[in-house]
Amino acid sequence: MVQRVVKPKTQRSKRYLESRESKLTENTKTAMFIRGGRTSEVVSQTLKDMYFLKKPDAVMFQKKNIMRPLEDQTSLEFLSDRNDASLFMFGSHQKKRPNNVVIGRFFDFHVLDMVELGIEKYKSMQEFHVGKFSLGSKPCLLFAGEAFENEPEYQRLKNLLIDFFRGPVIENIRLAGLEHVLLFTTLDGKIYLRNYKVQMKKSGSRTPRIELEEIGPSVDFSMRRTRLASDDLYKRARQQPKQAKPKKVKNINRDPFGSKLGRIHMEKQDLDKLQTRKMKGLKRKTSDNTDKKVEAKKVR
Amino acid sequence: MADLVESVLQKAAEKESKYKSIEVHKDIDLDIDAGNLLAVDPNPLDAKKLREKRDEYLISLARDNTQLLINRIWELPVERVEGTIVAKLPAPKTILPREKPIPKPKPETKWQQYAKLKGIQNKKKARKVWDDEIKDWRPTWGYQSRVNDELNEWVLEVPANADPYEDQFGKAKKAKTERVAKNELQRMRNIARASKLKVPGVGLTPTDTPSKDHLSKALTLAKKSTASVGKFTDSLPKEKPVKNTGKKRKFEPNVGDMSKEKSAQLDILSKMAKAGPTVNVTKAMKQHMLEEEQQRQKTNSERPKKAKSIKKSIKRKQGKDTKRGGGGKGKRRGRK
Repeated sequence: MVQRVVKPKTQRSKRYLESRESKLTENTKTAMFIRGGRTSEVVSQTLKDMYFLKKPDAVMFQKKNIMRPLEDQTSLEFLSDRNDASLFMFGSHQKKRPNNVVIGRFFDFHVLDMVELGIEKYKSMQEFHVGKFSLGSKPCLLFAGEAFENEPEYQRLKNLLIDFFRGPVIENIRLAGLEHVLLFTTLDGKIYLRNYKVQMKKSGSRTPRIELEEIGPSVDFSMRRTRLASDDLYKRARQQPKQAKPKKVKNINRDPFGSKLGRIHMEKQDLDKLQTRKMKGLKRKTSDNTDKKVEAKKVR
Repeated sequence: MADLVESVLQKAAEKESKYKSIEVHKDIDLDIDAGNLLAVDPNPLDAKKLREKRDEYLISLARDNTQLLINRIWELPVERVEGTIVAKLPAPKTILPREKPIPKPKPETKWQQYAKLKGIQNKKKARKVWDDEIKDWRPTWGYQSRVNDELNEWVLEVPANADPYEDQFGKAKKAKTERVAKNELQRMRNIARASKLKVPGVGLTPTDTPSKDHLSKALTLAKKSTASVGKFTDSLPKEKPVKNTGKKRKFEPNVGDMSKEKSAQLDILSKMAKAGPTVNVTKAMKQHMLEEEQQRQKTNSERPKKAKSIKKSIKRKQGKDTKRGGGGKGKRRGRK
């Protein structure tokens, strides 16, 4: 823990501060859903649906916040600091920019990337009359479209979307629990988001046959402005701690019989000065008298 | 032998016809990151289909890509955890930016440096310790431990070489506060050393641009820094005596002359016993006089104020008329 001058007085506050500070393996990123000074029905509904997808790692702001994220980032950074959230989605509606959504992320509580998307077409979750999946399941992410490979802006957007919708990083996953699929397709400056529920059907082999059923929301975005981080800041943010990397185990190999082998490296030995087992009886005697004297001294 | 082979082939054919295949053909292989459950499709899209039958095209594309992703996930090693079958995911391949910078290693405290130098290992103490007096396990430190028992003792033995009139309880408490203060000091020094701040041993750190506060503190410290702790140093001509910087609360002693306490208590009782509210005569008189003054000022100021306002309005109107060119009219008004 950071050495503080004023120590936290309760265990609860101490735990909260520890969860907030930078660690080797980080917490799951929390997302903030903010409404701007003026929002339309479409925008509010989109934010609500996205909030449902991101639950429980999400915070929804009930009140409207008059701010312009692409011009002034101070209020956004303040909110991120207060809520310990490193992702955000800001929705607003203006005559100049109708049905506007800004997705972004923070690094060290300063804005890293921001992408402004316009909602062209929207179909909410309620419109698809299908049973919902369980809350908090990790979704499968699919990206399609050449722009996600070739264009740098779209590559950053892809990275941002992965970051946003990824969910917690886990080691094991229950095979039956893969229920949710998110598809992002891009063509001609438009990005299509679709959500599907996975149904596993019998196939001849162990691996099941997949059938999909569309659930909401289904959104058609158009790319508007972007405010991306500079390359060196982005590089710095992506640096992973060395301690987190698994240590390479050197010098252990197994022979075909399964026994563990290792190599010992010896320094060069001077065979004349080798220490071997001393057997006094075999020692070369100079004369009996001198030997006896030596022995007498040793006894004392 | 031949029959056996035929029957096996027949069964396989039946299976294939019953179930749909899990094979998907793609021109370019998908880039699959199983750790993130991510699949990126670099194949070009069918723009025509996307425009005309968008949702159907997208759902079929999603189905194919999901099938490939699931095929890859089913190849991963599987284990049983608490009754359910679980696949072990590899580490995520795509590097995503962190939310906070990598933590810097904590700077070592003075003790830690010394221990490292001497090779002293930290022996972990057990959480609970057997206490023979209570015949139960007690925590070694913290809430219900026996660490602070000496402060809660109801009887303390006076040691043989001590003054019999000395306050042993007070002494124990003082020793505790001193220990706590020393610990705090050491902690602060460790932090200061870690943050490479300049900390004074006693007094103030020298600065290039001292503030007024800094200077006044420096002055009082310099005054005190004599062998007789400032008792005989002369103060500057306009120097104000220092307010009590030590104790923040003052208590009267419990023993000794009780007359002050007696008079204070009797005062309180008399105030409580009084029927009506107390009137501070001087204060009331001053208030009354102030009110009278204010009244007088009001009446005096009203008369000249009226004249002034009229004069001002005339001047304004004259100004307006002259601009328009009706000078004669204005002049006539003024005379009236």
